[in-house]
Amino acid sequence: MKYDEQPTLPAPANTIGAVGWMRKHLFNGPYNSIATLVLGYFLISWMIPIFQWSIFDADWIGETRDACSGDGACWVFIGARLNQFLYGFYPEAEYWRLNLAFILLMFAIAWLVLPKTPRKGWMAIFLLVIFPVIAFFLLYGDAFGLERVETHMWGGLSLTLVLAVVGIVASLPLGILLALGRQSDMPIVRSVCVIFIEIWRGVPLITVLFMASVMLPLFFPEGMSFDKLLRALIGITLFQSAYMAEVIRGGLQAIPKGQYEAADALGLGYWQKMILIIMPQALKLMIPGIVNTFIALFKDTSLVLIIGLFDILGVGKAANQDPNWIGFSTESYLFVALMFWVFCFSMSRYSMHLERKLHTGHGNRA
Amino acid sequence: MSSDIPNSGHKPDGGSKQPKASPASRPKFWNDPQKRSLLFQTLLIASLGFFFYSVIDNTLTNLEQRGITTGFDFLTQEAGFGISMTLIDYTEASSYGATFVVGLLNTVLVAVLGIIAATILGFIIGVARLSDNWLISKIAAAYIETFRNLPLLLQIFFWYFAVLQTLPHPRQSLEFLGSFFNNRGLITPAPVPEDGFGLVWGALVVACVASWLMSRWAHKRQDLTGQQFPIFWASVGLIIGLPLLMFLLAGAPMSIDHPELKGFNFRGGLTIIPELIALWLALSIYTAAFIAETVRAGILAVSHGQTEAASALGLSKGKTLRFIVIPQAMRVIIPPLTSQYLNLTKNSSLATAVGYPDLVSVFAGTTLNQTGQAIEVIAMTMTVYLTLSLLTSLFMNWYNARMQLTER
Repeated sequence: MKYDEQPTLPAPANTIGAVGWMRKHLFNGPYNSIATLVLGYFLISWMIPIFQWSIFDADWIGETRDACSGDGACWVFIGARLNQFLYGFYPEAEYWRLNLAFILLMFAIAWLVLPKTPRKGWMAIFLLVIFPVIAFFLLYGDAFGLERVETHMWGGLSLTLVLAVVGIVASLPLGILLALGRQSDMPIVRSVCVIFIEIWRGVPLITVLFMASVMLPLFFPEGMSFDKLLRALIGITLFQSAYMAEVIRGGLQAIPKGQYEAADALGLGYWQKMILIIMPQALKLMIPGIVNTFIALFKDTSLVLIIGLFDILGVGKAANQDPNWIGFSTESYLFVALMFWVFCFSMSRYSMHLERKLHTGHGNRA
Repeated sequence: MSSDIPNSGHKPDGGSKQPKASPASRPKFWNDPQKRSLLFQTLLIASLGFFFYSVIDNTLTNLEQRGITTGFDFLTQEAGFGISMTLIDYTEASSYGATFVVGLLNTVLVAVLGIIAATILGFIIGVARLSDNWLISKIAAAYIETFRNLPLLLQIFFWYFAVLQTLPHPRQSLEFLGSFFNNRGLITPAPVPEDGFGLVWGALVVACVASWLMSRWAHKRQDLTGQQFPIFWASVGLIIGLPLLMFLLAGAPMSIDHPELKGFNFRGGLTIIPELIALWLALSIYTAAFIAETVRAGILAVSHGQTEAASALGLSKGKTLRFIVIPQAMRVIIPPLTSQYLNLTKNSSLATAVGYPDLVSVFAGTTLNQTGQAIEVIAMTMTVYLTLSLLTSLFMNWYNARMQLTER
């Protein structure tokens, strides 16, 4: 017998290329074909008017309401109000302070997120400890020759970011303590932590904010008054620390018991064991969870408008009531939605990416 | 955990290696973990006690200065404000206690409606996300990624202010099957039960009991003989058919109250206020995105071997999903699902932003403002939510214990 090597035949034409892809993913079977056609029809007949309204027929340039023809979206409205959406009622001459704080924040975050940047640990400490101090003086002023800007003038996207960042940074240490307390041997410490965590997790944030704005002034001696923003921040931090504690507990529990025992065998004390052995490993595992709670918090900050603070949603809602611009609420909500979506979506992608990266970590998690 | 054990072993040991160590083998009392933890806990109790003492003391002084008497006496006083939607009889002459009940019932109503809609929508989207049809799966993904990443409050505002408030006035209502849709809400014909309608309810109860008994009998027969019985369709027939039969036998004891346009508004019929619609839509759509992710994760958690085994047995795709995949996936799905239900219930408190009269809006809002009884009102409101979440976690513990896989 003699074997002749035959040239490899090309794959059948209808299994490769665009046609093959469509046969495999869109038209594999009668039901799928019908579903594709029906859904495709609806999708196209929905998308065309939406694109028409929001892009092609929309009015982009102008200053006043007259610039809007009324056929499509009136983005002029957003343009005219953009500064308010971003900076709230912050004095215009001081915008650079918000910008600077934002750039610092973004720089620090980019440093931490990008791979292969050196000294991430120091950057994290900068972000968690030094940056809040710098940002406070930049935003509030009243020091270093900066003019004081009262918190009732803060608003818009910058207030949303302030609430979310303070909420997460301040709740981290509290959350760590609560999580450690929940795993402690001491029965009283443990039950105090469990009760604290379960109470805050059991109630809606809105009642916490109500409590912070109505009841907090009653709890302190006469004459000791808190700023409205500070009260909201206290409420958010306490609420968030309970969720943070659960994320951290998850990370602590994912560390194999052998690590605890090895630390004990080395004769390390409790805090040495936690700080040197457990936390460095656990924190790595917690980052996706922390990012997820941050996303939840970022969305929840919009609730402060109910107690009278103007975050980006509050500014949008207030702008809709401007008598010069009645009837453009869809545009303003869509713009606010886009803002939130961009932040939340990119953060959730990052957390998913991290989860995938960390998945190879500990044996008992794989 | 074993947090303090190393100290007890380590400190004296380390000491003994060094020449300057004292010969006493008893550790110093601050190195004794038991004593130290006792001391620490005493300190904690003392500081908590001091904290609560000063908070309560300050509160009492502050309340006294403002002339507010503490206590729950205000619950029997007349409320004097109207509520746009009540499930029980409520007038302005009702008490503040009644506002609590009205708010609670409205919260329960929107939560139950939301849970039903979110579950159905979430399961559909979750299964669609795993469809092998590219278009279906991408549409589901787009849905999830859009609605999950937008604040719920924004979605409520969008539905309320940008969609429902821009509907026409009552005079130009959209008409649909005898119902009217306008910026005052959805006005539908209301069924009014007359004498003898109780029989229909009775028939419904009988039908439910009968179908339960039937399913037990069918399971037993299948276990014994292998014969199958169409339980689902038989139960559906029973539950719908029996009350319907009774309804017709009793001479159709029900009239329908049709809404009529009188002046500038509708009279009669059943009005579903736009606040409820907006809140319900937003809650269902938002939570469905999370439920869809839960469902997807649950289905993916069922190992592929199960699906292969099912198709090796010759089960169709639908039957594989129904009898093999979903029952196993439920084990993974139900715990996060209950916590989503709890989230939905807690999120329903955002009603206050559009003025739907739920517990927070009516009781922690209007009642609190009118009476000034901040402590009592907030405490009662928080207790309601805490009770709910406690019951949910009890249920989850019970369920997890019951559903634990007994491995070989």
